Amino acid sequence: MFAYIVRRALYAIPILIGVNLLTFVLFFVVNTPDDVARMHLGMKRVTPEAIEKWKEEHGYSRPLLYNREASGAGKLTDTIFFAKSVRLFVFDFGSSDAGRDIGEDISQRMWPSLAIALPTLLIGLLVNISFSMLLAFFRGTYLDLSGVMLCVVLMSISGLFYIIGGQYLFSKLLHLVPVSGYEPGMQAWRFVLLPVAIGVFSGIGASSRWYRTIFLEEINRDYVRTARAKGLPEVRLLFRHVLKNAMVPILTGIVVVLPLLFMGSLIMESFFGIPGLGSYTIEAIQTQDFAIVRAMVFLGSVLYILGLLLTDISYTLVDPRIRLS
Amino acid sequence: MRAPELLFNRSIPLPRWVFFIVALPAITACSDQPWNSPYPPDQAGQNILYSSFAARPNHLDPARSYSSNEVVFTGQIYEPPLQYHFLKRPYQLDPLTVTQMPEAYYLDEAGQRLPDDAAVDEIAYSVYDIVIQQGIRYQPHPAFATDGQGRYIYHALREQDLEAVNALSDFSATGSRELIAADYVYQVKRLAHPRLNSPIFGLMSEYIVGLKEYAATLEQALEKKSTDTWRLNLADYPLAGAEVLDRYRYRIKVRGKYPQFLYWLAMPFFAPLPWEADVFYSQPGMKERNITLDWYPVGTGPYMLTVNNPNRQMVLERNPNFRGEAYPREGERGDEQAGFLADAGRQMPFIDKVVYSLEKEAIPTWNKFLQGYYDVSGVSSDSFDQAIQIGSGGDIALTPEMQKKGIHLSTAVSTSIFYMGFNMLDPVVGGDSERARLLRRALSIAMDYEEYISIFRNGRGISAQSPLPPGIFGYVEGREGVNPFVYDWSAQGPKRKPIEEARKLLARAGYPDGRDVESGKPLVLYFDTTGGTPDSSAQQNWLRKQFAKLDIQLQIRNTDYNRFQDKMLKGTAQIFQWGWNADYPDPENFLFLLYGKNGKVDHNGENASNYRNAEYDRLFEQMKNMRNGPQRQAVIDRMVDILRQDAPWIFGFHPKDFVLYHDWYYNAKPNLMANNTLKYKRIDPQLRERKREDWNRPVVWPLVLILLVLVVSVIPAWVGYRRHENRRARVMDS
Repeated sequence: MFAYIVRRALYAIPILIGVNLLTFVLFFVVNTPDDVARMHLGMKRVTPEAIEKWKEEHGYSRPLLYNREASGAGKLTDTIFFAKSVRLFVFDFGSSDAGRDIGEDISQRMWPSLAIALPTLLIGLLVNISFSMLLAFFRGTYLDLSGVMLCVVLMSISGLFYIIGGQYLFSKLLHLVPVSGYEPGMQAWRFVLLPVAIGVFSGIGASSRWYRTIFLEEINRDYVRTARAKGLPEVRLLFRHVLKNAMVPILTGIVVVLPLLFMGSLIMESFFGIPGLGSYTIEAIQTQDFAIVRAMVFLGSVLYILGLLLTDISYTLVDPRIRLS
Repeated sequence: MRAPELLFNRSIPLPRWVFFIVALPAITACSDQPWNSPYPPDQAGQNILYSSFAARPNHLDPARSYSSNEVVFTGQIYEPPLQYHFLKRPYQLDPLTVTQMPEAYYLDEAGQRLPDDAAVDEIAYSVYDIVIQQGIRYQPHPAFATDGQGRYIYHALREQDLEAVNALSDFSATGSRELIAADYVYQVKRLAHPRLNSPIFGLMSEYIVGLKEYAATLEQALEKKSTDTWRLNLADYPLAGAEVLDRYRYRIKVRGKYPQFLYWLAMPFFAPLPWEADVFYSQPGMKERNITLDWYPVGTGPYMLTVNNPNRQMVLERNPNFRGEAYPREGERGDEQAGFLADAGRQMPFIDKVVYSLEKEAIPTWNKFLQGYYDVSGVSSDSFDQAIQIGSGGDIALTPEMQKKGIHLSTAVSTSIFYMGFNMLDPVVGGDSERARLLRRALSIAMDYEEYISIFRNGRGISAQSPLPPGIFGYVEGREGVNPFVYDWSAQGPKRKPIEEARKLLARAGYPDGRDVESGKPLVLYFDTTGGTPDSSAQQNWLRKQFAKLDIQLQIRNTDYNRFQDKMLKGTAQIFQWGWNADYPDPENFLFLLYGKNGKVDHNGENASNYRNAEYDRLFEQMKNMRNGPQRQAVIDRMVDILRQDAPWIFGFHPKDFVLYHDWYYNAKPNLMANNTLKYKRIDPQLRERKREDWNRPVVWPLVLILLVLVVSVIPAWVGYRRHENRRARVMDS
């Protein structure tokens, strides 16, 4: 397995270079370094000299991808792309274009993101698996039909509606939780309660339908019939045998998103005023802070690759027949 | 029969669960405050003002900070020499840290003093000798901390000293010292620092003697430095235009006559900065911890920034070293009746602490204001109908819902203008030809800005008659102030000329019915804009309709802001919409937007229309140095006449600011020029606490109902499950 992990880590390098290059090209297709400088220097009384100085200080005065005037390897290395990218590979994110240390910001903002994303995932998993088990148990009955219909209805509603509706109902009308905001430490639960509840509720539709399909496929297998014939109670059958055997596709969906939980939820964090990494990325895009955008995209890519690797490893844990080679 | 029994037996703990879930917030909060309060329980009833910010400030360094979301903070922390009187109108400058208002004296080229009424051409320099008050002290700050021998504790930090440091508050020792004149001179020098990129360096280097050369000197000094740090001991580099006379006096020397310079002295750019702060923040390892002057300002003002987490919250607290300042005893007519003089003579500031929370979305912000968790709020388009009702006569009032809550409304026409500009370099709409002039004037009539204000701004604005907004010297009210090329005067006030008038002008311009009389082709004009949102799409449709009144086709060229800026710099746009917000309340700050030497294409200035008129330019140069009075008014009137005739802009509108505040919030008089108004505000925290509790009583029964519905909906499943489990196997006949 070690050789497999090393090989996958090596595969990741060209992928990360590609992602970085793509981010760079997409960003600078829309914004020139002059635009970025102008954005950071403000709208009023910005002189061309100030723009030049800003670019010089922030490393945007070089050519973008290819330096004709340099010699040898300098043609590629004395460029904005190289200068801004190479340190990412040792996880040195440097400073944002506004001058703040990105690594420090990430380390502060990942906790609020996790405070929402982790409970949403775990509670959501519990609720969705239980609900889809229930539907699978009552397959073909009116209960199953009503459950599926409910799932379709829940899936059809925009996530934004859940957020605004949830805030309106539970915060504005019933006065049960704060509309938005965040406090670190023990007080955090008051602020994450509603976002987590909304996150879980809005995810029921899609996830439960998917899990139901997996369970239904599993529930018709021979071993289930054998177990049932031997008199195994249905609950034990479902949760001990069917669930275990259905874990491979479920894990595919879960483990891959685990590392990405750090990255936060873009809309949820914005509406609930949660100072996480989701809102950090949105802000960076709005303020054209390329340093943060590239750092967050890079981090997201690394975590996604890590998620895929973890998924592969987890297969071997839940299904002994699978071997990584 | 068995299933219900089981259900009943198993459901015994259910009410406890319900109770637990419902009571959880109350149990954990351990306080009497409403469950939906976003603030810690220990803040209840305290003299704290709550506000929000939508975008984190980029710069809090007074040499760099310029945006409105930054001066909200810097205005309360830094103290420039002058300030605007809080109550008096028209806006008036007053001493802040100086003993009296500085008066300029003039010198000729040889340095000889000139009489005060010397001709502008003779004046080579204006000199301001500024005397500051004694005994003003800085806020407590680690940069000033000294040991028993008077040595600075934190001026020679090593990396290991910073291991446990993540924020400024991690430095245990603080100190302070008296404000001296040298701190003001130090800050003037900082404006030229090559690494600070002060936004006003370009402008100030034209006026402050030697500032441009000073920047070059500092650049050379930096190049010679061997270390990475860009800190320089600015005291070693004298600046001709700013010098210390003694401990409490300093001198600023500007080129020529520049009376507007006093307004700049009321901005944080000219606030004092102690050299100790520069030494402290420039140490290795500080920037990596986000401990910089841009994030932790050091000032003498009534407040100091104690929490700076722009990712979540920023907190201003009363500066314990603040000398105190009396609330104004005089205002304008009506201020006494409005209660704005109730605190006259009392020591400020009144509020102990201000908590600014990050709010990215308008809906949660508005809801929190209605719940009493924010003390003041603007009125967004989404909440306008809920807050404001406009009567049939155009009168504006609060809705009964707002009145019932005791919310008050304050309105003020802002010292801003939004206009539609013509690029005067464009061959169709630009230039000095009569044809183009008539076309621009026809379009000025066709663009119905009264309708625009009504549809897109909920009536929040007044149509502009010239570049000058109300409240700025030179603005003329009533019939005399109306643009006669666009409006007729009626008993109800200015009335836009009928569209037929515009059609006649268009025909005279050679475009009868919107067709070029020479080529016979329809006239197509191009509007360059940044947009793409659903809102902007509605506005663009409206714009097309205005041009269509004259049978002119309007092509909208949508682009992003960067491309738009680029077009403006290159002069390739044709018609555009732009705005300007006053830096200071002087007509020069608006009329310079059309001064030829400020052309965007040729001089990268703020004259986005690239308008150039020899007479206008001559009058501008004359007007900018004049004192307010009838003579200046006459010059301004002539300049405005020229603009109305040439019509390089369609004078759009001056926005009207609507501010809502609760009845526990006092001294809410809007002051659109001052940025240090926090010290004048007062709140009644007890009244706020009572109202918050009253408005936010938790309503629990729907939650219980939801839980009951959930439980009830589980019953059929439970019954089915029990049936399934208890079903006997059926023996099939073979």
